[in-house]
Amino acid sequence: MPGKYAYLLMPLLLLLAGCPTTPPAQPAPDSDVSESADTTTSPAESEIIGAGEETDAESSDRELLDQNIIYFDFDASTVRREFNDVLAAHARYLAENTAVRVRLEGHADERGSREYNIGLGESRSQSVRRVFLIQGVSASQIITVSFGEERPAVHGSNEDAWAKNRRVEIVYR
Amino acid sequence: MRKILLSLLVILCLTPAYSAIQIRVTKGVLEPMPVAVVPFGWQGQLTEPPVDIAAVISRDLAGSGRFDPVSRSDMLEFPNAGSELDFDDWRLLGADVVVVGRIVEDDDGSFLIQFQVFDVFRGDQLLGYRMQSTRGALRRSAHHASDLIFEKLTGIRGAFMTRIAYVSVRRSGDGTRHQLVVADADGENRTVIADSAEPILSPAWSPDSRKLAYVAFDGGNSGVYVQTLATGDRQRVSGRPGVNSAPAWSPDGRTLALTLSEADGNLDIYTLNPVTGRARRVTTNPAIDTEPVWSGDGNSIYFTSDRSGGPQVYRINIDSGVARRLTFEGSYNARPRLSPDQEQIALVHNDRGNYRIGILDLESGVLQVLTDGQLDESPSFAPNGSMIIYATRDRDLGVLAVVSVDGLIHQRLVSEEGEVREPVWSPFPRSR
Repeated sequence: MPGKYAYLLMPLLLLLAGCPTTPPAQPAPDSDVSESADTTTSPAESEIIGAGEETDAESSDRELLDQNIIYFDFDASTVRREFNDVLAAHARYLAENTAVRVRLEGHADERGSREYNIGLGESRSQSVRRVFLIQGVSASQIITVSFGEERPAVHGSNEDAWAKNRRVEIVYR
Repeated sequence: MRKILLSLLVILCLTPAYSAIQIRVTKGVLEPMPVAVVPFGWQGQLTEPPVDIAAVISRDLAGSGRFDPVSRSDMLEFPNAGSELDFDDWRLLGADVVVVGRIVEDDDGSFLIQFQVFDVFRGDQLLGYRMQSTRGALRRSAHHASDLIFEKLTGIRGAFMTRIAYVSVRRSGDGTRHQLVVADADGENRTVIADSAEPILSPAWSPDSRKLAYVAFDGGNSGVYVQTLATGDRQRVSGRPGVNSAPAWSPDGRTLALTLSEADGNLDIYTLNPVTGRARRVTTNPAIDTEPVWSGDGNSIYFTSDRSGGPQVYRINIDSGVARRLTFEGSYNARPRLSPDQEQIALVHNDRGNYRIGILDLESGVLQVLTDGQLDESPSFAPNGSMIIYATRDRDLGVLAVVSVDGLIHQRLVSEEGEVREPVWSPFPRSR
C-alpha cells in the first residue's frame, strides 16, 4: 500500500528538483505532525482519513491542504516558490478525486485602478490554474473568478494588509 | 424643453429628495468673483416658493470654486428686478455681479421664473432670461439658471444640470452592501439604481444619459449589465465564463467595448452588440488589456495594457488592430478617460509610490499630476471638460473629490453614506 503513495511524491520532488537553491517552505513530515494532524480541519480531511491508512506523505498533504490561500508579490501573478508544495498537494488531491470541483478566486490589493486589479486577480487565479493543469488536474474541475480589489481579506492601507490581500483563495465546492 | 423637464420630473419623484453629498471647496481660484444672488421674489399660493432658487444658484456658483457669493445677511435690500437695483449699494458690498429674479406661480400650477444678471460697475445687464417650470422641476430650473449665469461669466458651459453615478459601500455585521447611486451634480436627488451584497463596479453612462452599464457579481461571477434609469429595466449583456468587465459605450450608444477573458484567462478588449450579444475581439495580446474608452469618432479605443511589463495607456485602431503606446512617464499609468475635446487623457498615475490623478496632453505628451492623495483613482471628466471627478481617501474612508483640469480648484464631496467610490459624470442633457 505505501507504494500507492510513492507516485504522489513525484510532482513534489520534481518541483523541488527544479529549484535546488530554494529549501522547501514546509517542514519535512515528522511524528509531531502526524499526531497533531487529527485536530486539523481540512475540506479534504474526511476523504483522506476515509482512505484508511496513514503515511508520512498523507499527513503532510493534509497539512498542506489546510493552506487554501496563496499570496503574491506586488503587481505580479507568478506563483512564489514557497507555495509549490501547497499547490502540489491540492493538485494531487484534485487529480485523485476527479469529482471534486474547485474555484480559484483571485484578488488584488487596493492600490491602482479597479479594473486593472480585476485583471491582476484573474492573472493570479490563472497562474494557479496552470499549475494544477500541469500536475494532472482536469480543466473541467476548475473555474476561476477575479474579484480584483473588491473583496479584501484585511481592511487597511498598509503593507501588511496589502500583502494579505494579494492572493488566490482555493475554494472547494 | 417642457417635455424634457416633465420626463425628468418622473425620474426625480421616484425617491424622496435627500442630500447625501455636499460640495466643499477645499481650494478655489486665487480671486473668485464676488457675486450677489438676491433671494428671488415670489408670487404664488404659499407664503414661500417651494424651492429657494437663489440659494441653489448661489450654492452652484460657490461649489464651482470660481465664485464667492455675498452672504444674504450682508445684503442691504432685496430687489427682484433690474429697475429696483441701486448699484452703489452693491458696489459697497464688493459684489462684481448681481443676480435678481422672481418666481410667479400660475393658476394652472405652472411656474414662471425670470432673472437678470448685472455688471455692478457698469450697470449693464449681462443676461436676462425667462423660463417655464413646474413644481417638481424647480430645482432643475435653478441649475439651468446656474448654467446660463456660469457660462456668461466664465465662457465655460455650465454642468449644473448633469448628474453623477457612483458606488456606495456600507459594511455592517451582516456583511457588505454595495449600491449603485445616481444623484444630481450637487449631490441632491439621490437614487439607488442597484443594490447587492456582491461587488458593483465600473458604472458607465450611455451617451444619451438614459442608461448605465456596470459590472455586478450576481451569481458569483462578474457580469456586465445595462440598466435603463427611467424604467429600472436591467439586462445582463455579458455573462461569459471568466471576466466580464469594464464596459464603455461607443459614441453612437449602439456598441459596448468591454473586457473579456478567454478560457485561458487572457484579458482582452472586445466590442459587443448588446442586442445581438455578438462580441468581436479587438486586442489579442497575452498581457492584461482592459479599461477601454472610445475615441470620439468611434474608430479607436484607448485602454490600459501591461504588455510592456507594467500598466500603460495605449490606443488601438479597431479595424487595423494597430496599437500605439501613449504613456511613458513612470511605471504605472492606467484607466484612461478621454476629455470631451479629445485632446487630453485623465488617468491614474503612480507618482513615487502614490496613486494620483494625472492629465496627459495627447499632442505634446506632457503628463501633469493634478492631485496629491495616496490612493486616488477613477477619474471622470465633467462634460464641459473643465473638471475631473475622482475617488480618493479621507483617512481610511473612500470619498469623492473634484479637481479642475488646471489643478487650481479642489472640491471635496462630503458624504453621509459611508464609503463612496467610482464616480462618473453624466453627459450633458440633450436639450440644447
